[in-house]
Amino acid sequence: MKLTAPLRTSRRTYSQRKAIYGFLYVLPWLLGFLFFFLVPLIASFRFSMSNIEANSNGIIITYAGFKNYVEALTVNTSFNRTLTESISTMVVNVPLIVIFSLFLAVLLNQKFLGRTAARAVFFLPVILASGVIMNLESTSLVQAVNDSNAGGKAVSGLGSFELAQLMIQAGVSETIVDYLTGAVDRIYQIVSQSGVQLLIFLAGIQTISPQLYEASKMEGATGYEAFWKITFPMVSPLILVNVVYTIIDSFSTNDMTDLIRETGFEAFNFGLSSAMAWIYFLAVSLILLISTYLISKKVFYQN
Amino acid sequence: MQASKFLAIEWWKRWLWSFVRLVLVAGLAFVILFPILQKISTSIKDKTDLYSPIVIWVPEHFSLDNFRQVITIMDYWPTLGNTFLLSSLTTLLTAISCALAGYGFSRLKFKGSNLLFMGVMLTILVPPTTILIPVYLNLKDFTLMGLIPLLTGGKSLNLLNTYWPFILTSLTANSMKAGLYIFIFRQFFRGIPMEVEEAAYIDGAGIGKTFLRIILPNTVPAIMTVLLFSFVWQWNDSFYTTTYLTTSKVMSIQISSLPYNLGIMLSDGANSKVDPFYQSMVQDTGILLAILPLIIIYIFVQRYFVESIERTGIVG
Repeated sequence: MKLTAPLRTSRRTYSQRKAIYGFLYVLPWLLGFLFFFLVPLIASFRFSMSNIEANSNGIIITYAGFKNYVEALTVNTSFNRTLTESISTMVVNVPLIVIFSLFLAVLLNQKFLGRTAARAVFFLPVILASGVIMNLESTSLVQAVNDSNAGGKAVSGLGSFELAQLMIQAGVSETIVDYLTGAVDRIYQIVSQSGVQLLIFLAGIQTISPQLYEASKMEGATGYEAFWKITFPMVSPLILVNVVYTIIDSFSTNDMTDLIRETGFEAFNFGLSSAMAWIYFLAVSLILLISTYLISKKVFYQN
Repeated sequence: MQASKFLAIEWWKRWLWSFVRLVLVAGLAFVILFPILQKISTSIKDKTDLYSPIVIWVPEHFSLDNFRQVITIMDYWPTLGNTFLLSSLTTLLTAISCALAGYGFSRLKFKGSNLLFMGVMLTILVPPTTILIPVYLNLKDFTLMGLIPLLTGGKSLNLLNTYWPFILTSLTANSMKAGLYIFIFRQFFRGIPMEVEEAAYIDGAGIGKTFLRIILPNTVPAIMTVLLFSFVWQWNDSFYTTTYLTTSKVMSIQISSLPYNLGIMLSDGANSKVDPFYQSMVQDTGILLAILPLIIIYIFVQRYFVESIERTGIVG
C-alpha cells in the first residue's frame, strides 16, 4: 500500500494535474457564472420578448415578440429621453475623466514635498464617491446654500465666464468653449470619478523604464517633449483600459439604471424593464465597440 | 557669465513649475476635501446657527445634537454592526473565490480556460441591471435546480431579506464587480516568474501548497487592493442592498431613507413640513457618520495602499 500510493498519484503528469487543479480552482466561479449570470441573462432576454403576468400561482410568461421593445421606444414617455441623456453625459464625461486622470497621474508621479499625503487625498474619492453617498451629496441643501453664502459661486462663475469670453474672442469655437468651461464648473464630479483611473495610470507610468527619460534628456528633450514622445505612447494601452472602465463605471449610478429598476420593481412590468435593459446594453456595447476600435488603432504596443 | 545666466533661467523655470504644481495639487485636494470639511462643520452646528449670517465655517453654538438625533433615527450601532458583518463576510468570500479563479485562469491552464475567461470579461461588460430581474426572481424562489423542494417537501426557499444572496454570489465569485477582482488577481499572478513555482514543485510542494505558501504571500498588495475595494464598494452599495434586503438595517439603506424617517419622527407621522434646512443638516451628519468607519479604515490601510498600488500589476 505504501508503495502503490505514490505510484498512483504520479501516474498523471505535472501538467495534467495542473489542468485538473485549474478546473477545480475555477469551478466556484463557473458555478456562479452559470447560475447567477448566464441563466439570468438568457432569462432576461426571454422576458424582454414576452408578456409577464404574476398571480398567486407564480408567473405566466407568454411570447409577445418585439412588443416590449416597441413600447419602450415609442410609447414610454421617459425612456428615449433618459437613454439619450445618460449616454450623452457618458460620452461627454469619459474624455474629460481620462485626460484629467492622466494629467494628475503625471503630476503625482513627480517628486515633491508631501507627495504621499497628496496621493492619499487623491485616492480618497475611490472610497467616498461610490453608491448611495454620491446620490445624496447632490441633494444637500446646506451645502448649496453655503456655497452661495460664501460668495464662492459668484467668484467661480465670474472666473469661468471671463475665461469663456477670452477664448471666444480668441476665435475658439463656441462648442469647445462650452465644453471646457463646463468641465471647470463640474470639477468635483470629474475629480471624484477619476480615482481608479488615476491608480491605473500611476501604476502604468511607474513601469516605464527610467533609461528612456535619461536618454531623451541627454539628447536635449524638454519635459513637455518627453511626455508626448515617451509617457503618452507608453501609457496608451492604459488609455484604452481606462476608457472602457469609465464607461462601465457609469452603469452603477445613472438615471437609466433607476428607470429600469422603477419599471421592474414599482410598476411590476418585468417585460418592459428587461426590454429597456437590453436596449441599454446594446447601446452601451455599441459605444464600447466604436471607442475600442478608434482607440486601438492609435495604441502603441511594444511588441 | 553665460553659464550662470543659463543656470539662473533653469532655476527659475523649475521654481515656477513647482509653484504651479503646488497650486494645482493644493487646489484639487481642496476640491476633494471640501465636502467632508463642510459636513464636519455643518454637523457640529446648532440649529440656530443655520440662520445666523455670521456663521459660515465655525459654529457659534457648538452642539452634538445632530449626532444624537442621527444615531437614534438610523439605529446607528446595530446598523453599523450589520453593515460591518455583511461587508466583511462578502469581502472575505469574494477575495478567496476570486483569488482561486484568478490563479486558475493565469497559471493552471486547461482546455477551454481562455474561453471561460471571455466569460469573466462578459460579466464585467454586461450592466448589472440587465440581469437584475431574473436573479431577483430566482432568489425569491430558490430551488437549486429542483433540489431544495425535494428536501423540504415541495417548497422553495425565499432568500430575499437574508444575507444568503450576498453569501452565495460572493462564494461563487459573482458578486459586485467580481470580474474586476478576478482580472486584477490574474494580472498579478501572471507577473510572478514561472521559476518560483517550478522550484516549489521540485522541492515537493503540491499545487495547493504552492498557491498557499508561495504565491499568496507574494501577492499581498493585490490582496489588499481587492479587500479594500470590495469592502468599500459593498459598504456604499445601494443597488444590490436595496434589491436583496428591503427591511434589514444596513448602512446604505438607512442613509437613503434617512430624510423620510426624519420627517416622520419630527412631525409625528403627519405630512412632513419639516424645515428643509434642518433636514439637510441632519442628512449631512448621517452621511458623515456612515463614511466615518471607512475613513478610519482608510487612514490605517492608506500608507500600504498608496505605496504598494504601484506593484499590484493592474497594468499587467
